[in-house]
Amino acid sequence: MNPNAARVTTLALRPDAQIRECLPTGLAPLDALVEGFPRGAISEILGPDSSGRTTLIHSLLAASTAQLEICAYVDTDDSFDPVSAAAAGIALSQLVWIRCGHNAGHALKAADYLLHAGGFGVVVLDLCQVPPRIANRIPISYWYRFRRAIENTPTILALAEKEPVARSCAALMFDMQRKKTIWTGAPGFSLLREVELEAASRKPVRPDTAIFKARALA
Amino acid sequence: MIYACIHGPSADLPQIAASFSPAFEQAAPDTIVFRIDGLKRLHGSPRQIAEAIAQRARAEIDGAQVNVAIAQTADAAILAARNFPGVTVAPGLHVLDVAALPLTDEMAQVLETWGIDTFKQLAQLPQTGIAERFGPEGVYLQRLARGAIHRPLKIFQPETTYEDRIELDHPVCLLEPLLFLIARLLNDQCARLLSNAMAANEVTIRLEHEDRPEHVRTLRLPVPMRESKSLLKLLQMDLEAHPPSAPTIALALSLKPVHPRTVQTGIFLPIAPAPDKLELTLARIRGIVGEDNVGIPELLDTHHPHPYRLADAQPHVSRPSQIPNPQQAFRYFRPPLPATVSLERNRPLHVTASGIHGKVLNSAGPWRTSGDWWTTTAWNRDEWDIALTNGALYRIYSEPTQHSEPTQRWFIDGSYD
Repeated sequence: MNPNAARVTTLALRPDAQIRECLPTGLAPLDALVEGFPRGAISEILGPDSSGRTTLIHSLLAASTAQLEICAYVDTDDSFDPVSAAAAGIALSQLVWIRCGHNAGHALKAADYLLHAGGFGVVVLDLCQVPPRIANRIPISYWYRFRRAIENTPTILALAEKEPVARSCAALMFDMQRKKTIWTGAPGFSLLREVELEAASRKPVRPDTAIFKARALA
Repeated sequence: MIYACIHGPSADLPQIAASFSPAFEQAAPDTIVFRIDGLKRLHGSPRQIAEAIAQRARAEIDGAQVNVAIAQTADAAILAARNFPGVTVAPGLHVLDVAALPLTDEMAQVLETWGIDTFKQLAQLPQTGIAERFGPEGVYLQRLARGAIHRPLKIFQPETTYEDRIELDHPVCLLEPLLFLIARLLNDQCARLLSNAMAANEVTIRLEHEDRPEHVRTLRLPVPMRESKSLLKLLQMDLEAHPPSAPTIALALSLKPVHPRTVQTGIFLPIAPAPDKLELTLARIRGIVGEDNVGIPELLDTHHPHPYRLADAQPHVSRPSQIPNPQQAFRYFRPPLPATVSLERNRPLHVTASGIHGKVLNSAGPWRTSGDWWTTTAWNRDEWDIALTNGALYRIYSEPTQHSEPTQRWFIDGSYD
């Protein structure tokens, strides 16, 4: 027997590294950076308040509903605004809105039911206003369960939060940051016109960042 | 083919016909027609069959005149039974008056001017001329007069009811044994729905109690369903959320039948949740977060600060729309955060609220809105968009000062994200 046989290993793609179909968001710089959100996987969007997390989530939902998919928004803290969502291009008739009344446990259970029911294009779990000390208490087994539920399906589970919670279970992780706020008009008569947002891909690691502008609500 | 027709003023005609043939047509409340080809070996010749039918009719109906006619076609049998008394076999329709046909007033007038009185005279007219003068209806009536219309019977289907009731020997307190009984009723009713190619969009269950008013629950389904397991699960979750207040002594279940929804599917269409599975999923989620917290958002045509509502409906695909340029999203604080705002020249200078505080770097406003002052839900507010030193953008608003309050009330409505 060849004594070196035990050292021979086979190079192959890791399961996480397999090629997945992606859903482009319609934001050209972001799609150029990562080709969109991978289907059948968890994506995390991180950032502080006013960093553009919800703007990116709305763009993702708009892209999904434009492809005639049914989506779901699990709203942990009752913060969803249908007006700005409609302005972003989301077809509201294709969106299931679940208000969880500031209860993260209810939000997780609702997301679990939705993911196991199947058939959704995008399921958003909004944890933006959940304090990190509470979000970090969510057992890691939840995220493994969610990842298992959607793999081999076209469903995207998008998490929006302040700090990463799914960590190794996520296939995509964005750090959001507001670069610039553009006000127009003379002092005292100014108007919030638009913001410039920056998305840095933490996973997969990309040296560049995507910068895009979002107009303020009329 | 040989047809028999019974004509008489009785509500028992369907029972009489059913004793000779399981498939019969009720041409009118007093007229029933059915085929008798298979009765030859049982009763003999057509006349003997007609006699047997008449005998049965006389036995069932006391005193009333019942006519029985045998003919080669269903319509000929009907005409004969209506116009010849007693038992008629292979009738000669040619002697009948044209008034026995379902003529319009115009046709009756024209035939009268032509001097056409009987079926025989009408049948002898050239078919081309009839078609030119009266159109297809005239040709149909002429063929009727000739006894030349061969058509299948429109089989009588008794109206199916979707209501069942069970009386219990002993009062039942627990939900689980009740569900066994509900499942039995649902299985029967869903089998009836399936056999009639129908579905249900409303389920009503009535639980009767000894000394209290009955407990009624109605489920209105956004999509018609006929799977008993799905309906049972929905009823179970509803009864768990709204349990009866007393032991049940009887229960009644009724379904509202509608035509099932048909959806054209395609291999290249995007996937969507199955309607019944989605309804079950949403019902489960409603059980967790509350009934009023699940639905699809709907915008309202109003200038109210919150111009939307959560509609209790299933999502449905609308026409594809163009994705506009990125719009900055807004996040509400529900309820709005009470804040302390210090002003300088009537503009916000410093904001303090639970978890939020900072100096105002830039602001836009005030945007003054008010409305619905004629209702109890009036609003009146001055809104500001502000950038704080903590790096966030917020929308704050103030409500007008009441006479009893010394200062303005300020709230943080939400943040731009």
